Amino acid sequence: MELTTVWFILIAVLWVGYFVLEGFDFGVGILLPVLGRNERERRVLINTIGPVWDGNEVWLIVAGGATFAAFPEWYATLFSGFYLPLLLILVALILRGVAFEFRGKRDDPQWRAWWDKAIFWGSLVPAVLWGVAFGNIVRGVPIDSDLEFSGNVFDLLNPYALLGGLTTLTLFVTHGAVFLALKTTGDVRRRANRLASRIGLVAAVAAVGFLGWTLASYVDGADATILAIAAAVALVGGLVANRFGREGWAFLGSAIAIGLAVITLFAGLFPDVMPSSTNPAYSLTVHNASSTHYTLEIMTWVAAFCTPVVLGYQAWSYWVFRRRIGVDSIPEEPAASSASHG
Amino acid sequence: MDALDLARWQFGITTVYHFLFVPITIGMSFLVAIMQTAWVRTGNERWLRLTKFYGKLFLINFAMGVVTGIVQEFQFGMNWSSYSRFVGDIFGAPLAIEGLVAFFLESTFLGLWIFGWDRLPKRVHLATIWLAAIGTLLSAYFILAANSWMQHPVGYEYNADAGRAELNDFLAVLTNKVALVTVPHTIFAAFLTAGAFVAGIAMWRLIRRPDEDREAFRSALRLGAATVLVAGIGTAVSGDFQAKIMTDVQPMKMAAAEALYDDQQPASFSIFTIGSLSGNEEVFSIRIPKLLSFLAEGDPNAEVRGINDIQSEYEQTYGPGDYKPNIPVAYWTFRLMIGVGGLAVLVALWMLWATRKGRSPTSRWLLAAAVLLPFLPLLGNSFGWIFTEMGRQPWIVFGLMRTSSGVSPGTTAAEVITSMSVFTLLYGGLAVIEVGLLLKYIRAGLPEVEPTEPGDSDRPMAFAY
Repeated sequence: MELTTVWFILIAVLWVGYFVLEGFDFGVGILLPVLGRNERERRVLINTIGPVWDGNEVWLIVAGGATFAAFPEWYATLFSGFYLPLLLILVALILRGVAFEFRGKRDDPQWRAWWDKAIFWGSLVPAVLWGVAFGNIVRGVPIDSDLEFSGNVFDLLNPYALLGGLTTLTLFVTHGAVFLALKTTGDVRRRANRLASRIGLVAAVAAVGFLGWTLASYVDGADATILAIAAAVALVGGLVANRFGREGWAFLGSAIAIGLAVITLFAGLFPDVMPSSTNPAYSLTVHNASSTHYTLEIMTWVAAFCTPVVLGYQAWSYWVFRRRIGVDSIPEEPAASSASHG
Repeated sequence: MDALDLARWQFGITTVYHFLFVPITIGMSFLVAIMQTAWVRTGNERWLRLTKFYGKLFLINFAMGVVTGIVQEFQFGMNWSSYSRFVGDIFGAPLAIEGLVAFFLESTFLGLWIFGWDRLPKRVHLATIWLAAIGTLLSAYFILAANSWMQHPVGYEYNADAGRAELNDFLAVLTNKVALVTVPHTIFAAFLTAGAFVAGIAMWRLIRRPDEDREAFRSALRLGAATVLVAGIGTAVSGDFQAKIMTDVQPMKMAAAEALYDDQQPASFSIFTIGSLSGNEEVFSIRIPKLLSFLAEGDPNAEVRGINDIQSEYEQTYGPGDYKPNIPVAYWTFRLMIGVGGLAVLVALWMLWATRKGRSPTSRWLLAAAVLLPFLPLLGNSFGWIFTEMGRQPWIVFGLMRTSSGVSPGTTAAEVITSMSVFTLLYGGLAVIEVGLLLKYIRAGLPEVEPTEPGDSDRPMAFAY
């Protein structure tokens, strides 16, 4: 296999990892005002992702860095072209990140309510915009002969891409609800389970619509079709498991559905990485966007050695924090006045 | 201002801001790990309480470093797409490796450290903070290797057909002589920063709250001040090596740092210089004979080259153009960097002297110094980066690509004004909140600790957001 193909696959894997992992913590953030009816419940929700959200976000940093290293042209065109959406995503991720750390640090309901808003919007905005961004990548955007993006932000707001945004939003919320049902006890768990079934249906409709439109208009090939069908089956299977209270299987189902949906888009793109809607000759491909063979070779060795280690300790961290938590796990006193806790 | 100037301002603002948090993260992760190790080894509860106190301040700071760091990675593509295309084959690799090797390690093990107090055996829990600390060092190494390549490109070949620089020796990039001196300089400066943070806070508590946990804060003060001292010497020595290498690979930067307009042998060190408005001759200066020759070349009688001479040489090599960086900026940031770093060391010495043999200082002056101390290295770090980046101008990659050629061609001034305003306002607001939280927890003092044993799953979590 050519190294450019290897790196195309590795970048797809990094995005799969990012969306599967940060997908559920985005979902938890969006569900914070819905499932967290009081302060203790909200703290339960936040603490389910407390130890892991930052590690999840590193998948995005590595996906960005790997794109820079392996496909500099893709990185340059994508990041400069999608300037304003990425600015919004950055602002959202900044507010969300500090919100987790800061919200419990003052014993003041107004302070916490403010950071809860930051967590909600900071999760919702990227959950939508990543779908819009990927929709546009698959659909193709104006790219000129210098491989520069030549459109404007309104080119990115088309119905197909917006449906992509709705798809990632509803998928992540479903994934988050399933995760909460898996990780909590008591009333929160029951409500998360019920909500997952309802929002899961919306997600299934959105995902089938989006992947169907993708296959009908932008992507051909039997592989993508099979992958898209498998994604839909996994999602439905997850929802069925959720209905029967089999939370582990339900989480596996929503995780596989998200993973396969991402793989469908990447499989449909290949060998393009960013098709040009101006002229197919200007499309960025794994060939014209890539680094040299030597750079890819070094990066392949580094990835081959480091990735198993990273997966190992991240898995261990999930194992350490495998226990469900409920309102009883949250210390009585508010976090801020108990400076002893951490 | 056009899109280029705005993009430069945005990069400067966001980078200097990001780098307020980075050195504290690097140095504090180790100092907190040392405190926790002292607790595990001695069983003395004072160290556990210090670990939790400084650990909390460290985490408030760490969150800011993380979120402002994402902007840094995105910004190369968003605002500097032509630069990214030109250097991606070389520059992207250390960035990707930094994420894969360092960021995963830091984030995962800090998560385990924060939430693992009652989930992990004592020694395993201690190992998590050490692994996170090692992650910060790895991160520093890879990102500085990338930056050093911009200062002194090595291990590459220019491919005229592709119009880009291409990697041909990765080991050369990782062992770039600029990186090998910049890494120790930056790490020492990070320890100096963290030591000043720990010592300044401890001194403040000792004077303002003399009856609370005096023994613990004395330990913290002496650990912090000793760190400042050792790291200060390390920063100066590594900086001296760095200056000699800089004179070799970027003579214009050294000449600008000294506002040395014409070749001089032996060269004197300027303490204060005013240049003419046209920027190519000096009007007035106070100088120490031969010191610059020694700093730059290690020989008090060596010749040091001046700005005008290097300018004419570069015109020969690179064609017509202005190859002078902003000389007042280079000159003053270089001096201020050394000045505030040195001042931090003097303050630390004073603190050690004032607390010798169990003395309890009460001086108002010392209180003022305690408040000032944590800010000195932060300023020094900022001046250092402004110097090294502004001193490289007009190049974005020295000798290979000008900054003006690196900017994103399709990004409009309106877009950059938007993002720059958003980042500046957001960062300003967060700075106020961050300082407010730090002060709150500094005032709160050392937390009481309860015994935490792993495995008791019915109790509430020992730490919760």
